[in-house]
Amino acid sequence: MSDTQIPIPSLADRVRAVNAGVPVVGVHFLGSTPVFVLGEETLLFAGENGERRVAIHAGAILNSASDGKRIISGGDDGKLIATSADGDYRELASDEKKRWVDHVALGPDDSVAWSAGRTAHVRTRKDDLRVFDAPSTVAGLAFAPKGFRVAIAHYNGVTLWFPNASGAKPEFLEWKGSHLGVTISPDGKFLITTMQEPTLHGWRIADAKHMRMSGYSTRVRSLSWGVNGEFLATSGSEQLILWPFDGKDGPMGRQPKILARAESRVTSVACHPRQPVVAVGYADGAVKLVRIDDDALILARPADEQSVSALGWDSAGQTLAFGTESGGAGILAL
Amino acid sequence: MPTPSNTEKIPVTVLTGYLGAGKTTLLNRILSEPHGKKFAVIVNEFGEIGIDNELVVNADEEVFEMNNGCICCTVRGDLVRIIDGLMRRKGKFDAIIVETTGLADPAPVAQTFFMDEAVGSRTKLDAVVTVADAKWLTDRLKDAPEAKNQIAFADVILINKTDLVAPDELIELEARIRGLNPYARLHRTERAKIDIGEVLGRNAFDLDRILEIEPAFLDADDRHHDHDHHHEHGHDHHHHHHHGNGLKHYHDEEMQSVSLKTDKPLNADKFLPWIQDLVAKDGPNILRCKGILSFKDDPERFVFQGVHMILDGDHQRPWRADEKRDSRVVFIGRNLPEDRIRQGFEGCIA
Repeated sequence: MSDTQIPIPSLADRVRAVNAGVPVVGVHFLGSTPVFVLGEETLLFAGENGERRVAIHAGAILNSASDGKRIISGGDDGKLIATSADGDYRELASDEKKRWVDHVALGPDDSVAWSAGRTAHVRTRKDDLRVFDAPSTVAGLAFAPKGFRVAIAHYNGVTLWFPNASGAKPEFLEWKGSHLGVTISPDGKFLITTMQEPTLHGWRIADAKHMRMSGYSTRVRSLSWGVNGEFLATSGSEQLILWPFDGKDGPMGRQPKILARAESRVTSVACHPRQPVVAVGYADGAVKLVRIDDDALILARPADEQSVSALGWDSAGQTLAFGTESGGAGILAL
Repeated sequence: MPTPSNTEKIPVTVLTGYLGAGKTTLLNRILSEPHGKKFAVIVNEFGEIGIDNELVVNADEEVFEMNNGCICCTVRGDLVRIIDGLMRRKGKFDAIIVETTGLADPAPVAQTFFMDEAVGSRTKLDAVVTVADAKWLTDRLKDAPEAKNQIAFADVILINKTDLVAPDELIELEARIRGLNPYARLHRTERAKIDIGEVLGRNAFDLDRILEIEPAFLDADDRHHDHDHHHEHGHDHHHHHHHGNGLKHYHDEEMQSVSLKTDKPLNADKFLPWIQDLVAKDGPNILRCKGILSFKDDPERFVFQGVHMILDGDHQRPWRADEKRDSRVVFIGRNLPEDRIRQGFEGCIA
């Protein structure tokens, strides 16, 4: 940050610090309780009445997702675990070859998707198991908001799989290169992948029309949809990049909105669930709240060289939780 | 977190070698020695025998092209994923060993460390170690392009199972290897028995460690080092020397090295565009390159190293007063346009 810049207002003194001690790889809210996902084995419940650690995996936690009622997680122990708000956890699946459970996703109707190697699995609410073998290792999973479809990112494209229609041929969206993550817009119209290169690729699902979203300084690793899916917030540059998705063509032929410029790179983004505000975490440890309309900033965590690795809001948008690669964490009640 | 300095990054050793050469034997030897180090081991799915180590990850060797129109810009997608996962368990291991299948090309493995920022910021490629079967390597060099690649790409080569061949065969084999790769460290081994310090902690891709570029057959230290192993075979230095100098005899038709040297200072404004253009055009054929350069009016040594089209270069340190200021560059590759490279290099003299 240059010397000439006026300091931005800060709420950092209202943050309740949490000492995770080990790298934080995710954060979710179970009800009103912030739960930090630690790099190894453990969930850290950080409710107001005290902290509690629950070891749920025998090894690294590779991925997690939550619907506010439970957290599901995949580990390098080959297990898929579901943990509820009271800290009870149970094994939902165990890979027979003990492969890493790399990716997980929660769908409508309490269905769960996970992947190990090339194999994507879905367990439906009725406890039916469906399996799909992708052409290469599954690199991302996302449920469509409607219609019980799962997007599976892999090398050279994305497969749209209908787990309940066993006879139906999965739809294939092709684009050369290694796709490392996938998300579908809340209205179900657009599908976006993060790639090995510092770029995003997108399709309008109805006609498979392509969109490229490039210009990043590094690989994009964090994505978050804004209120009503009007925009997609992304990490990967020294500013917050927001792609417009409010029209029928999405970002086709349009420029992204660029906010919250900094000298450090944005590593994590989390859109406020109700307001046009985005929480932005940087590689230098700063966390800022950014108002989209006028780029007004509020500091939630000062820079301290701990790269921000996890950000999350509670469902009401009253509380923001964040964690870093170096084991720092905090909770800010607004 | 600030980017870890090179010394804080987790070193990664890549173990290659054709099927049956003794990779797994070497790996188990490394793991079982009482060095107090903990390793994370990434093995290929079709590994031969069991590996006794706490942290073993199966890889599936997925080679992915980068979407930049360059066919040689490939990365190992599985390594990007596995290293990201392993780093969550940082502190549980001191180093990573990647064992490849006998058919693997080492280049995508190496390139992963330069092309993927997340991998390159937390780990560093230490060296490519190739285990060769003394009895069968000569045949494999004829019929298996992968075996030739693995020799040409290596920083350290173990000529294993030396007890199964006659001393003169071994000398001929070494000369053949030198024809493909003049600067790798060669070691003769039986049952992959070697001091692990010769295999790990080599810093072969670290610019600060590019000290000298001497074709190793002229390197007295290298020969001296091997002395113990040679001794029982009645090895004779003079003889070895002779074969070393007779290298042209074993010049490989397809794969070769081009060594350039000048004691005249180079023009940086000519050299840097030239080398960038060279690797942009001939990168697919250039497996590796290294250089120490003396630029005109520049008090510091400039060093670089590269894999295919990826170049990494920087000023290293001031030239010492007692040091001869000359420039040396080595290319190892397939069907290299030697005359064009030599002319281009000479055109960069200031």
